[in-house]
Amino acid sequence: MTPLWDWNFAGEIIPALLNGLRVTLIATVLGSIIAFALGLVLAVLGRGPRPVRIVVRAIVEFVRSTPLLVQVYFLFFVLPAFGVVLSALTVGILALGVHYATYTSEVYRAGIDAVPRGQWEAATALSLPTTRVWTGVVLPQAIPRVLPALGNYVISMFKETPLLIGIGVLDIVGQAREVGGQSFRYVEAYTLAGLLFLLLSYPASMAVRRLERRRAVR
Amino acid sequence: MENFGTFLSVLSQGLPETLIATIGGIVLTIVLSFGAGLALLSPSRTVRVIARVYVEGLRGTSEVVQLFWIYFALPVLVGFQLVPIWAGILVLGLNHGAYGAEIVRGAVQSVPRAQVEGAIALSLSPAQRMRRVILPQAVVEMIPPFNNLFIQLLKSTALLSFVSVNEITRQAQQVLVPRFNAQAFQIFLLLLVMYLILALVITAVMRTLERLAAARVGRRPSVRARQQAATGAGVA
Repeated sequence: MTPLWDWNFAGEIIPALLNGLRVTLIATVLGSIIAFALGLVLAVLGRGPRPVRIVVRAIVEFVRSTPLLVQVYFLFFVLPAFGVVLSALTVGILALGVHYATYTSEVYRAGIDAVPRGQWEAATALSLPTTRVWTGVVLPQAIPRVLPALGNYVISMFKETPLLIGIGVLDIVGQAREVGGQSFRYVEAYTLAGLLFLLLSYPASMAVRRLERRRAVR
Repeated sequence: MENFGTFLSVLSQGLPETLIATIGGIVLTIVLSFGAGLALLSPSRTVRVIARVYVEGLRGTSEVVQLFWIYFALPVLVGFQLVPIWAGILVLGLNHGAYGAEIVRGAVQSVPRAQVEGAIALSLSPAQRMRRVILPQAVVEMIPPFNNLFIQLLKSTALLSFVSVNEITRQAQQVLVPRFNAQAFQIFLLLLVMYLILALVITAVMRTLERLAAARVGRRPSVRARQQAATGAGVA
């Protein structure tokens, strides 16, 4: 009878899983960059004139309320119809970035709302141009206090990247499925995949929580 | 729009599974959230540690991994395989219950200390204090973050398409797209709209519950709790 847990097999599949981890990290980092940038644009537009605000609000609500996996399929199957052919990983990164941008935009919005009114008024009194008001006064105060919340979303995104296996991306879970499927040994593959996620996300969320507490005390 | 009727009817065939997974997942989430959330506040260290391990373990690993683990690895260990939809409900509940536990813990802790002291002065037992004084107030605070959590859960039901649950995403991806590849745009847009409608239903129900729960303790729904929920405090 084969043992339930085979240490040799577990050792053999680790390189494949680490290979998958590389893909997962690439997706998370690039996805986060898109989410941070696009989220900020959405947050600033969300304070624009009323029609813009309503459109932005509607888009944000729609994207937030629907599954990331379906959005991934949407981009994967629909972009080629418009002549845009991208690799699966690129599509995945785009979908992650856009989906999480709707979350980060809410975070930025809360941060911007927390900047005292007096700061806006003072900036206006100094007759600073709008761009300077944002880049010189509002954002430098808003962004530092929302960093922990943004960090949380990076961790969330990291744990959600495995759904890119739906379009054939070989991330940690994709690799686990490959190596597990070849030998029908799923216990080692998926247990190690889970541990890999825990190993990275637990310390990361501890760090974010510490940051949150430090800010709360101040 | 050509073939719209076909799309709608094929997707609708997946609706029962999506609804069962969502409702089953929500029920299990509520049970586990309260169980683990109150356990996190237990005076016994052992109970607290067990609850902590559950919460951090389930929040720290990816939901897809948990789904595959329960569906593919667990049968090897226990000798029988769960029906896909049950495996799905189990994972949805276990995963979101871990997030819900923190919601319950936070809301219970946010009840003003004076309320607890008042209940002690009235010589209510610890169970009575929790049931009659603390929870009715805490529940009002919990509902907005639970609303978000349940929408997350609804969105996660799409993952069940990976373990051959015939819910709406699988219907679109396995049945419709191979046949009507050129109309992928319409198919997925329709699918997204279906999820949006389900999410709006959840929000409408939760708003009603929030009003009722607030009225019960003589309050109006808390704007602050809702705003906090919108920024996703404690999502990871």
